[in-house]
Amino acid sequence: MNSEKKGVFIDHIYKIYLDPKTKKEFYAVNDVTLDIKPGSFVTLLGPSGCGKTTTLRMIAGFESPDAGEIYIGGEPVNALTPNKRDTAMVFQSYALFPHMNIFDNVAYGLKLRKVPKPEISARVFDMLKLVGLEGMENRYTNQLSGGQQQRVALARALIAEPGVLLFDEPLSNLDAKLRVYMRTEIRRIQQQFGITAIYVTHDQSEAMSISDNIIIMNKGVVAQMGTPRDIYYRPANEFVADFIGEANFLDAEVERTEGELVRVKACGVSFNVARPEKNVESGEKHLVMLRPEGIRLAEKGIIPCKVLLSCFMGSYQLYHVQTADRVVKITDNHPVGRRVFEVDEEAFLDFDPIDTHLM
Amino acid sequence: MAFFKKAEKSGASEKARTMSQDAKKAKRSSQARSLDRKKFFGDPIMVGAIIFLVIFMVLFVVYPIAMLLADSVTAEGRMASVNAYYKENVAGRVNDYNYEKNDVARLELIKNRLKDTYDASLQAAKARGAEKPREEPEVKVLRDVYNNANAEYKDANSAYKKAVTGAESASKGSILEFIVQMFKTLPRSEAWTHSRAALKLYFSSDNQRVSVSAFTSLTTDFGFKDAFKNTLVIGLLTGFGSLAIGFLFAYVDCYVRVKNRVMKKLFDVVSLLPVVSPPFVLSLSMMLLFGRSGLITREILGIFDNDIYGVKGIVIVQTLTFFPVCYLMLKGLLNNIDPSMEEAARDMGASRWKVFTTVTLPLMLPGLGNAFLVTFIESVADFANPMIIGGSTDTLATAIFLRITGGTYDTHGAAAMAVVLLLITFILFMVQKYVLEARSAATLTGKASRGRMLIEDKSVTTPLSILCMGVSIFVILMYICIPFGSLFKLWGMDYSLSLVHYKDMFAESGMKAFKDSFILSIIAAPVTALFSMVISYLVVKKKFKAKGFIEFTSMIAMAVPGTVLGVGFIRGFANGILRTGFMQGIYGTGLILIIVFVVRSLPVGTRSGISALRQIDKSIEESAYDLGAGSGKVFTSVTLPLIKDSFFSGIVTTFVRSITAISAVILLVTPKYLLITCRINEYAEKGSFGIACAYATILIAIVYASILIMNLVIKYFGTSRAVREAQKNEQ
Repeated sequence: MNSEKKGVFIDHIYKIYLDPKTKKEFYAVNDVTLDIKPGSFVTLLGPSGCGKTTTLRMIAGFESPDAGEIYIGGEPVNALTPNKRDTAMVFQSYALFPHMNIFDNVAYGLKLRKVPKPEISARVFDMLKLVGLEGMENRYTNQLSGGQQQRVALARALIAEPGVLLFDEPLSNLDAKLRVYMRTEIRRIQQQFGITAIYVTHDQSEAMSISDNIIIMNKGVVAQMGTPRDIYYRPANEFVADFIGEANFLDAEVERTEGELVRVKACGVSFNVARPEKNVESGEKHLVMLRPEGIRLAEKGIIPCKVLLSCFMGSYQLYHVQTADRVVKITDNHPVGRRVFEVDEEAFLDFDPIDTHLM
Repeated sequence: MAFFKKAEKSGASEKARTMSQDAKKAKRSSQARSLDRKKFFGDPIMVGAIIFLVIFMVLFVVYPIAMLLADSVTAEGRMASVNAYYKENVAGRVNDYNYEKNDVARLELIKNRLKDTYDASLQAAKARGAEKPREEPEVKVLRDVYNNANAEYKDANSAYKKAVTGAESASKGSILEFIVQMFKTLPRSEAWTHSRAALKLYFSSDNQRVSVSAFTSLTTDFGFKDAFKNTLVIGLLTGFGSLAIGFLFAYVDCYVRVKNRVMKKLFDVVSLLPVVSPPFVLSLSMMLLFGRSGLITREILGIFDNDIYGVKGIVIVQTLTFFPVCYLMLKGLLNNIDPSMEEAARDMGASRWKVFTTVTLPLMLPGLGNAFLVTFIESVADFANPMIIGGSTDTLATAIFLRITGGTYDTHGAAAMAVVLLLITFILFMVQKYVLEARSAATLTGKASRGRMLIEDKSVTTPLSILCMGVSIFVILMYICIPFGSLFKLWGMDYSLSLVHYKDMFAESGMKAFKDSFILSIIAAPVTALFSMVISYLVVKKKFKAKGFIEFTSMIAMAVPGTVLGVGFIRGFANGILRTGFMQGIYGTGLILIIVFVVRSLPVGTRSGISALRQIDKSIEESAYDLGAGSGKVFTSVTLPLIKDSFFSGIVTTFVRSITAISAVILLVTPKYLLITCRINEYAEKGSFGIACAYATILIAIVYASILIMNLVIKYFGTSRAVREAQKNEQ
């Protein structure tokens, strides 16, 4: 790979659509600023309609931002058409050329660059080998399975050695098992090439498993940007916490800060939680976030509650319990040999401060 | 690097944030717009294609029609006052300025001075004792002045005369011509004042005499009245007739179990015939079979003076020509009715007839209306059939033709009639396109969930199949009649076989007719196919300002009858664009015929191109674009190969439509070019049916051959060939 890795910097971009019926402006992308380092794998994650695909299409050049500037490798690219940008996209529908065989599909980008023929064929064969499609070069796209088509699309995008690789929900048309396999493949190939990749998906497990960094978007704005771990354990707000995995929230009032712990009061009980990065003052109202797997249901503990639902799910026991404040979800993993609480039993929530997150 | 830019940039956007909300909004939308514009114009191939298409459409679709409309409203009434103005002000200028008088006096003066000076110098020379006087400088100067003045005077005089006569003749034409003439001949400033004054007069409110004099003269014109009435009557009857037969065929095809294989084949043949048949084939055979010396009327029934000419002949022939169009449209709709709706009605106790009248028919109503209007338009626009079998009965289309060719060359009256014809088809087209088409699609959405239980009841199937069989056989018989007509020595008298008609045909420059028709059509075909593919590509895949215009004009050409387009071209190009003489060169050449072919076939090609393109996933082209292909490259390397089939069939369809076209070209063709269709018309008019049939037979053969070739080409070079082959290898 001789091409230069390129970073992408997005500077306060907006995309505004006019609703044809109501004539109202709709901010599909609202003041988004991102800095994507060369060689990193970044995922744009969010519910449908959050502006992630629009952002990706603006990077590719299919849409123009209504304000702001996009830089690829430090160069402003707003005025460039997609064919002049150093990006290659892998489409949701693969978008393979049905009138060409696999070889010609993959070779397309090189032919456009007028690479000499022997070099083209050498590079195409190398690439097909890399994606595990040796010997398939004479087939047509409709003779391949979904996973194979996906690899052709990847090979076609990679072969021209773009500075940035873009993925638009590339795995959503595959079945669940293949999806898991392909995402590790994509990650492997990206690592091997060290290419910058921007990946759009609405599947959180895909995002978690594949990315260096995740950008959570909601209603056109960036809700949070960070490593998968950061986002899971230290979500910036209720939306992120809820969107990634499952989350319980308790309304709490800060009493005081003690070293690495914060003393809060919730459900009429005082307890310690981990101290967050931001400063909290006593008397402030905050949310305490607890992951269902971070809570134990016990006969003795911190917060009293009553069991509403108790359900055996195979690998875990699922509880819904009523606290003084809200209903809390608890998953008790591998519950063998532990006491199982029944509906209407009284119990306590028990957790360590490290499993809590104050928002 | 990115960080550096970030710092610098965020400072700027901090500033931007302090702007007022409105200003910010305005700035935002304008940035995207200007970026899009920049990207758009960064693509010279696409911009070039769009500009070219817009110019083409304006010049060859909008302009001729606009010219027709302008002509028909700018008639003598309003021009009368302009004419008066001209006489008073412009013509009067001759006396005011009196170039002649002034200049003659001035010339006299110069001449006299010249003479005086010359005499003086002669005297001086004599005094010096020389034989000849020297050429005094003063004499030289004076001579130059004289010569210049003389030339200038001559120029001015002739220019002025030209202007005056030009303006005088123009003042009898349209206001447009008047103004153009003014600018062409008078000095600009004068032309301005006169044009302004003329325009003011022309549109002044008390100038109520008016404007539609060409129309008013039409209303008192009995020829026009009859033609108008005939056109509508024939249109209605043909519409209903085609609808009835077409619906019968469609119903039998979709609802009735037909065990007979032959019957299915017959349906296919009959539905294909109107596409491939030259326009007047049915009229010709109608006359051969039922005419005054018809095979059936005379030989079999013994009727000698059967009159199938006139309205009833036209209606029969048009119905047989157009019902397959209804059949195909209605078949598609019937297939879209979900059988479970009818089954539900049946289940609740309705009889089959009741189901038909309360469920099937109401569901089909908008579709039926749509099919009716389509045939109505076809019938109204039809030129060839009424021409041949109409006898003394004229429709608007033929009346227009006769106005122009009938010795008087009354293009003005023809233009007014053409406008009436255009209005009829245009209104019908608008209703069909924007009211019925949408509604018929809305009531029948989606595909039938599963197959329909076909009717097997003999009491229903037998009469229906016999009816359909009868019609199909009759139509096919009529087509078969043509080659026989060309082979019999003298139809009605001598039924012995001979090739004499073919001999005659080739003796009277038949070869040239075939060559001309063939060459012109074969040039028009790929051009149209390419144009329509580019138009459909732009319409489906791109966003730009002129898109609506291109889409609309390419569709509207469908609503313009050939005859109207022909008259439009005459009025628009016979004296050059806007009668300025510019581009006059193309009038009467093969080029204008090719252009007419292109314009006439564009809507069909565009429509099929659009439906082919809609099936291609947008991201396929985007991915090519993203991989580095410019828009021209995307079109040629991805889009075109994917719609190859549609492209090939576009070529052949245009070729077939062009080589069988008559309505527009018959008005524009010059003796330099012989066209097969015009020759057939000529011979049929003369009553030489043998030669007409010989031409028609070969024409049908050409059309069939080209369709066969198309199918072969699609089979071997079409989109799916490679894919199919690869699949075969796999197995």
